[in-house]
Order: sequence, then structure tokens, then C-alpha cells
Amino acid sequence: MTETMFTLPPSLYVPLLDLACGAFLLTGMMVLWRRDLAAIVRLFALQGIALAALIVVLGVYEQDVELVAVGLGVGALRAGLLPYLMRRALIAGGAGREVRPVVNVATSLLVAAVLAMLAYAVAQPLIRLSPTPATQAVPIALTVLLVGFFVLVTRRRALSQVVGFLLMDNAITMTAFLTTSGVPLVVELGISMDVLLAVLVFQVLTTRMRAAFGGTDLDELRELHD
Amino acid sequence: MGAVLQVVLVAVGSPLLVGMMRQVRARLEGRAGAGIGQPWRDLRKLVRKEPIAPDGTGWVFRAAPLLLAGTVLVVAAVVPLVSTTSPLDEVADLFAVVALLALGSVALALGALDTSTAFGGMGASREMIVLALVEPTILLSVFALSVRVGTTNLGTIVTSAVADPLAVISPASLLAAAALAIVTIAETGRIPVDNPSTHLELTMIHEAMVLEYAGPDLALIEWASAMRLSVLLGLLTSLFAPWGIATGNAGLLALLLAAVVVIAKVALLGALLAAGEVFMAKLRLFRIPELLAGSFLMALLAVAASFFLA
Repeated sequence: MTETMFTLPPSLYVPLLDLACGAFLLTGMMVLWRRDLAAIVRLFALQGIALAALIVVLGVYEQDVELVAVGLGVGALRAGLLPYLMRRALIAGGAGREVRPVVNVATSLLVAAVLAMLAYAVAQPLIRLSPTPATQAVPIALTVLLVGFFVLVTRRRALSQVVGFLLMDNAITMTAFLTTSGVPLVVELGISMDVLLAVLVFQVLTTRMRAAFGGTDLDELRELHD
Repeated sequence: MGAVLQVVLVAVGSPLLVGMMRQVRARLEGRAGAGIGQPWRDLRKLVRKEPIAPDGTGWVFRAAPLLLAGTVLVVAAVVPLVSTTSPLDEVADLFAVVALLALGSVALALGALDTSTAFGGMGASREMIVLALVEPTILLSVFALSVRVGTTNLGTIVTSAVADPLAVISPASLLAAAALAIVTIAETGRIPVDNPSTHLELTMIHEAMVLEYAGPDLALIEWASAMRLSVLLGLLTSLFAPWGIATGNAGLLALLLAAVVVIAKVALLGALLAAGEVFMAKLRLFRIPELLAGSFLMALLAVAASFFLA
């Protein structure tokens, strides 16, 4: 609401918004494509940057300083702290590749295409409620949500599953900002703390798993031992 | 006028483009290189040899190089490189171009099968795998661009891109550009998919098909492959960086300027491609469907984005 902020003309706002959404979608899809866990973490960090850019663009357009600050905070958490923690877990965890996903990579890319279509179909009523450039990008958030869930279900390594979970969370955050343009700061802070806690727990867990079983392939943890 | 210039440019310039790409690779690998004119010297040497065909091959084998070169020349006349107007404007359509390129590939694969050697059959089957995955992606990614314009005519798509340069950075356009770049690499048999300078039986695709050709036939095939590479690179630059292309009824001077610009753009793209190849290893054959499925996905997302974000 301050007068010191410059205004963003719609002719620039829409391409910037679309560009951030495109980068968000592309990084989400690339997670399915790559097998190298370090590359997956890097893609997640890039997605965090895209999400932060999206929120900042929304904030500047609506002249809302709080939204810009939230965007920067989200960027610091999702492009900085979480990838850093995951990278540390990765170094401690050893094995650096998703060797054999439950669904092979070519098939999962095609499944992702189907999920994208599904998300577009599902989001249509939402868009019809208020057709603005921001709500028109909601299908992208829903696509990444479904892809994140797919990663969570079909990958074997603990780290890829956590990235799948975080993709879902990124997508949920993005949906919130696109549809309501501004979640209360307290809510956003609560969600961020939750995510941070999940990753911290994951980090401790992988270290323990590695000490106990020598690997983080979750499929090997089906049977009970005494 | 523009079309004639385009065909001449592609016909004369393609071997030079291939020579320049080899030269860039050679320099980056610390070799002296054979010079930019080497592909033309090779072609001259091959043309002077006597035409010879293996025993038991029929007309399919002999017609394949002619068909391959012919289709590429037609595509060179149709695709907007120097000028967006073409005498074949009604058929300068995305589907016609893709069909012509596919016709050339299929002719070559049939020619390779006609020799009934193990290598020919293997190369043909691999080429068909790549082709089956590449063609839908080309169609989809150009389709993503055509949604905005409302027509599949390539000239009109490029004209509207010239009029609205900011549309090039839209997500649909960027996704389509990435998909089309991967597909161009696959279609022309460059490094992550196929290695143009190898004759190792485990890996070769294109070279396995042309193994039985010799003399003028081989020259024709080499020339056509070079033209294919430059036409596809030219299409890529025209669709995503259309600056300087002559639109409408441009005069001679504008056409010449556009020709210089397109040569510079294609040469730059070729040099980038060659430089990228130095740092990359060829993918395993079984990983290629993954790469192409990824590019198909990007093309599909580009179509979806152009429908839903617009």
C-alpha cells in the first residue's frame, strides 16, 4: 500500500507471471526425468526460486509489501535451507542415484502428461469462478501437486520421496497464492515450519536408517525383524 | 524469389555448415581440423567415382537417395528461412513439412532394408524407433505455437512472431523451443542420440543405414543429411528468434539482408550445438526413448499452456 513502490504494468505482469509458472512446472517435471539425486535436489531448489519469483511478482503487482516479504522468505526457505539440509542428508546417505523406480522413467513421463491433462480438466470450474491471469495458472499448480504425489508413490529412495512430498507442498503454497493472492503471514509461517520440521526429521531418519540397514531403499523395509 | 534464394542457400551452405561444426569440434578437442570446405571436397570426390550398387538390390535402394534429397529440397523451399512468403504457400503447412521429412527418412530406411544386410536392417529399425517418437513431438510443439495464431501455416506463425516479439518468452513458446531442440538433435542424428562420426556397430543409427551406399549415391545422401540439419536448425531459429526475416513482398535488398541474418543465426546455433557435443557423451540406445518421451511431454505441456494460460 506504500507509494514508494513502483507499479507493474499488466503488459509486463502477465508474461512474468506466466514465465514463473512455466519454470515451476518445468522443474517439477524434470524431477521425474532425472535419476541423479543431487540433480533432483538442485531442481527442487530451482523450483523454490520460481515459486519465490511468482509470489514477489504477485506482491509487486498488488503493491503489497508483506506479500513481497513472504515471497523472499519462501525463497530463502525452499531454495536455500531445505535444499541445503537435503544435500547434507544426501552426502551422509551415500548412494546418489534413483536406481530402479517402481514405474520406469519413460512411462512416468507419459503418466505425467496424463496427470497434466487431468489437472487442467479439474481446474476449469475453479478458473471460471474468477478468470484472472493468476487463477488461470492454477492448473499448473495442480499438475505439480499430482506429479509430486506420483513421485512420492513410485520412487524408492527416501530422498526422492521427500522431494515428492515437498513438490506437493510447493504446489499447495502456489495454489494458495494464486487463488487468494495472499495467505495470512501466520498461516504461511506455520506451513513453512511444518515443512522444515519434516525435512529435519527426514534427515535424522536417513542417518538412523543408514546406520541400521546400510541404505535408504524404503522397499527393503517391509518385513519386521526382531 | 525468396524461395529460390532459400533453396540455393541451403543447397550450397549446408555442407559448409557441417564443415564448420566439425571444425569447431576439432578446435575444442585440440585438433587442427580439416577446414570448413572439407565436406564439399568429400562430396566432389564421391561424385567422381563410378556408381555401384550391391548385388540383389532393387529400385528401392536406388530411389532412396533421390527421394531423400528431393524431399529436403522441397522442404527448403517451403519452410520460412529467408522470407515468410513462399510460392507453395497453400501447402507450406506444418503437417506437409513433417510428412515430407518423414517420407525422406522412410525412403532411406527402406533402402537400407533392401540391401538385406544385418547392419542395414538394424539401422532401419533404430531409425524407425527414433522417428516414431520424434514426429509426434515436432507436430505437437509447432502446434503449440500455431494455437496462438490460429493456423498451421508456418509462414503465418513466423510473421506473427515477428510482429509480437514478447510472445517468444511465454512458457508455451519456451517449452516448445526446448522440445523442438531435442527433437532436432534426434532427427539429425547428433550426439546425445546418435554419433555422426562413429562406425561402431553397437551404437550407430544413421551410419548403419547408409553403409552399403557408395559413390554418387553416398554423396547425395551426405548432402541431403547436411541439408536436413540446416533446414531444421533454420526452422528452429525462424520459429523462436525470427528477427530479420523478410515478411510480405520484400525487395531484393531486404532478402539479401535476411539471408545474411539467417546464415549468421544458423551458424551460431550450429557452433553452439557442436560445442555442446564436445562436452557430452552419447546416450545408451535404451535411454533414448526416455529423452524423447521427455521432449514429447514438454511439447504436450506447451500445447496445454498455450490453451490454458492464454
